[in-house]
Amino acid sequence: MAALGPSYQLGNPITKVHTDAASGEKQHATWSPYDDNGGTVVAVAGEDYCIVAGSTRLSTGFSILTRDASMMLQLTDKVVVASAGMQADRKALHKLLQARNVMYQHNHGRPMSVSAAAQLLSNTLYYKRFFPFYTFNLVAGLDEQGRGAVYNYDAIGSYERSGYFSAGSGKGLVQPVLDNQLKAASPLLLPPRSTITALPLDQAIDLVKDVFVSAGERDIYTGDRVEILIITKEGIRRDELQLKLD
Amino acid sequence: MLPRPTTHSKALGPGVAGPELAVATSAVLDRPPQPGAHLPLSGAAPCAVDPASLHDPRQHTKYPMVTGTSVMAIKYKDGVMLGCDMLAAYGSTKRYKTTQRMYRVNSKCVVAAGGEISDFQHICTLLDELTTDDFRTDDGIELTPQEVYAYLCRVLYNRRNKFDPLWNSLVVGGVAPDGSFLGMVGMIGTHYTDNHVTTGFANQLARPLFRERQKDDMSEEEALQLMYDALKVCYYRDKQSINKFQIAKVTHAAGVSISEPFALDVRWDYKKFAEPTKWAVGAW
Repeated sequence: MAALGPSYQLGNPITKVHTDAASGEKQHATWSPYDDNGGTVVAVAGEDYCIVAGSTRLSTGFSILTRDASMMLQLTDKVVVASAGMQADRKALHKLLQARNVMYQHNHGRPMSVSAAAQLLSNTLYYKRFFPFYTFNLVAGLDEQGRGAVYNYDAIGSYERSGYFSAGSGKGLVQPVLDNQLKAASPLLLPPRSTITALPLDQAIDLVKDVFVSAGERDIYTGDRVEILIITKEGIRRDELQLKLD
Repeated sequence: MLPRPTTHSKALGPGVAGPELAVATSAVLDRPPQPGAHLPLSGAAPCAVDPASLHDPRQHTKYPMVTGTSVMAIKYKDGVMLGCDMLAAYGSTKRYKTTQRMYRVNSKCVVAAGGEISDFQHICTLLDELTTDDFRTDDGIELTPQEVYAYLCRVLYNRRNKFDPLWNSLVVGGVAPDGSFLGMVGMIGTHYTDNHVTTGFANQLARPLFRERQKDDMSEEEALQLMYDALKVCYYRDKQSINKFQIAKVTHAAGVSISEPFALDVRWDYKKFAEPTKWAVGAW
């Protein structure tokens, strides 16, 4: 809970640092460069589509800042980056990625593939290994064969390709439901089984919407609206889902 | 052919023979000290933060000293309206009761701040430099509020990256050819735009009123009334505020106007303020 009082500032809980009294250092308040602005992102890959969705609520502490903030960056008409966590770091990261995306297009004469974008994001995150971007990212799109691709990341750039993933404040509520519904094979099997779902597109969209409605019920940081981007070989289509405002 | 034996005679001078030749030297350890060894060869400023500064409150901000409280702002039919009180508090002392916490950037944009007042004054200096550059260019083009907002986002985020924040929550309000603009930037770089923005206590107190009653096409009278109600509730419930406010209006037609200080009618003689628990269940 953000500490209220004369030094209450947006999104920045003041924490008291209790240092060892024996060392003689004074107690003093300090600030954290990080803040969690909430929100959930989900991505599901299919045989010839990829769905990526993110809630649009921006919060800090127990306050809602705005009901209308996007968590996603569309790099090309086949690649989308979605990031949950701290909004300032998300915007800075997205700015960087877009700049690199434009440079790539100029240098290579073609848009970035989803695997190139995935590697770029990993490297960008690791550059800040010792002062990380507080973002939990998903890269979603269509690979070179036209199959859906989802890559999931930790804050410092470790990534893997998967068939579906979620990140953010509602991740704990969403991921088990996706695991259950998308009948993921055990990751212990060899050779590794692909977890790209065989569901048709409309059923997968319904699943994503259901999952957000459920997450919105119990996660206070997920709500207001969900922005859904559906990536197919025709391009990227937008869909929206209204959620409860509470 | 065997090399001719050389004479290592002390008569030739020092360092030719003798025990001093037996000293092991290390080319690595005996280099002259290189004070800039950790700095980039290119001569660029390093991204590193000096660890000593992190613990020194005289070098990196660790806590605010003189602070302003909430700012609230709404869009309405003619443009945007910003409101805040005129107090700069020194801890819990109401020290400066005539601080203008709003700054007119140009004829289209106003910035208002809560938080550390000295940092806000620094931000005003930075904005003044930008405005002066615009003036010198002398082409009639002024910075749009979106540009001011983007600039302030970068400034605050980069200061946060250096662990030396400008301890402010800023509201940027203005009008642009494509409509009115309201944005908020916090001290760690969190930023958003909306039809109504608030900082500090007003997040909890005034924002619900705005969500209920603000409409983009509300008239100036309705907007003023909403703003008065918001300022009033913040004054009632925020201990670090005074009954002396300013409202800034930015309109397409008339540009920026920051009002004279005014007070609102407030009552402290409500029975429930005097005896809060008198009618409560279980009270005696």
